[in-house]
Amino acid sequence: MAVGPASLARPAPVAGRPFTLRGFVEREGVFSWLMLAPGVVFLLAFVAYPFFYGIYLSLQDRRVSEPGTFVGLANFATLFQDGVFWQVTRNTFVYTIVATFLKMIGGLAMALVMNQRFRGRNLARAFLLLPFIVPTILSTVAWMWILDPTFSVINWTLLNSGLVKTNFSWLGNATLAMVSIIAVNVWRGVPFYGITLLAGLQTISPDLYEAAAIDGASTHQRFWHITLPVIKPVLIIVTMFSVIFTFSDFQLVYALTHGGPANATHLFATYAFDIGMSAGQLGSGAAVALSMLPALALLIVGLTLYLRRE
Amino acid sequence: MVGGRGLGARTLRIYLPLGVCMIAMLFPFYWMAITSIKPNRELYNARIMPLIVHQPTLKHYYDLLTETNFLTWTYNTMLVAVVTTAVSVVIGTMMAYPLARLRFPGAAVIAIGVAATYLVPQPLLFIPMADIINRLDLGNTLSAVMLTYPTLLIPFCAWLLMGYFKSVPRELEEAARIDGASRLQAMVRVVLPLCVPGLLSAGIFAFTLAQNEFLYALIFLAKSEVRTVPVGAITELIRGDVFYWGQLMAAALLGSVPVALIYSFFVEYYVEGLTAGSVKS
Repeated sequence: MAVGPASLARPAPVAGRPFTLRGFVEREGVFSWLMLAPGVVFLLAFVAYPFFYGIYLSLQDRRVSEPGTFVGLANFATLFQDGVFWQVTRNTFVYTIVATFLKMIGGLAMALVMNQRFRGRNLARAFLLLPFIVPTILSTVAWMWILDPTFSVINWTLLNSGLVKTNFSWLGNATLAMVSIIAVNVWRGVPFYGITLLAGLQTISPDLYEAAAIDGASTHQRFWHITLPVIKPVLIIVTMFSVIFTFSDFQLVYALTHGGPANATHLFATYAFDIGMSAGQLGSGAAVALSMLPALALLIVGLTLYLRRE
Repeated sequence: MVGGRGLGARTLRIYLPLGVCMIAMLFPFYWMAITSIKPNRELYNARIMPLIVHQPTLKHYYDLLTETNFLTWTYNTMLVAVVTTAVSVVIGTMMAYPLARLRFPGAAVIAIGVAATYLVPQPLLFIPMADIINRLDLGNTLSAVMLTYPTLLIPFCAWLLMGYFKSVPRELEEAARIDGASRLQAMVRVVLPLCVPGLLSAGIFAFTLAQNEFLYALIFLAKSEVRTVPVGAITELIRGDVFYWGQLMAAALLGSVPVALIYSFFVEYYVEGLTAGSVKS
């Protein structure tokens, strides 16, 4: 910069630019935090605070509208000696593992079918996603009637086609009830897998398949060596999402079986609801809900890190 | 892939599996629809062929609209969904913008925090939340659900929008800044208009999530006048052991209409929102 008499004559600027509110707000850090503040404050107040407050509650003997007393880990100790709690744990794992596996297979199949060229494909995709967008409780109401002990349409079909002699009690028998809630969860979740995996499949260039076909790769080989590696990241993310929300499922089971018969379909969330809300024991209920934490934390940390890395 | 040879091969490869998928996915809706227009004498007679309606009636719809608070529930559901969606898209945008485009201390922590809060399921929080809402004296008010739904929606919107904001070239914004626009102006006038598809995706997805919400509404809304459709249907159309099946189905069908309508207009954006989180390269 040229230093001439003219510039010397001007008063020297005091430490850069003078302070203005606008200049302050325009600073990158200040602007960023001003924008973030409402959301961060909200999430601290309604996610972080309830989370820690839940831990605090779980250490108390606390009933609704009564002051609590600190009992240390007594709620957890009681739970761990409770046969029902272990049944709930087993139910939740069975439900999550079986449903996730079936959704993965079904979703992959749906995606492969939909990845072919045919007329009306977008319309078909829109219809196939319906189970996923309709509010869970409302579609579960339809399933309640489909699985009704007396008027089940499945029973009607089986009876009238001569396959069985008596009605199945879909929601009244322990094993069948578990099969039923898994089936409904899979029905609702398959489109999520299917459409997301389809989007993943569509990123594969057709040239890749053609090149492989020219090199003599079979359909089987193309699936294992081209399709699967390309959609692997999508598959991992979708699966982890699905596992988190299946593991903590509430709505479907609450509507369909209420955890019955005899706790055979109680999951952590519905059991926590029964104890914490229906029986009004906030402390024990919070302890049941927190029992989900070790497995969930593992999944959440894993998925968060994976998403950050992508 | 190689095109189909002959109608037979195409049927086997495309239309047959597609048909199976369609029937499996859509049968419950068909069942919902026909049950809602069957008279009770058809509903509760196991001898009559149930797959079609013999004498359709609108009685269940009439009863639902005149004997229950269904219209109030619908209004509540829509009000809550619209308000929470709007709030969540705005706050989500405000969070996503600096996280995607600016450098500031604490950015990494906040980004991880947003992702983690999105993944925290409600069943982990609902018991302490019930106590908090009680102490705030918000039980049986729509404010209770309006305050709690965004815990799920804001992190979702923020996460989705970050991807869109990152894709806008930095030069556009810099050019506006050189022309004297403030950071806020550059964001609102340059970046946001280019991200309208993202904002639509976030909004539509958030709207369907808000309509789907059940747990908080079940806990906080114990009075009929403040209930949402899912809670109203499950608590008031099932009384003790008595299920009002016709009305339940009518409520389920009518309750699904708003989501289905919005969805049908914006399918592409919805699918974009659904897949953006997982398919971004």
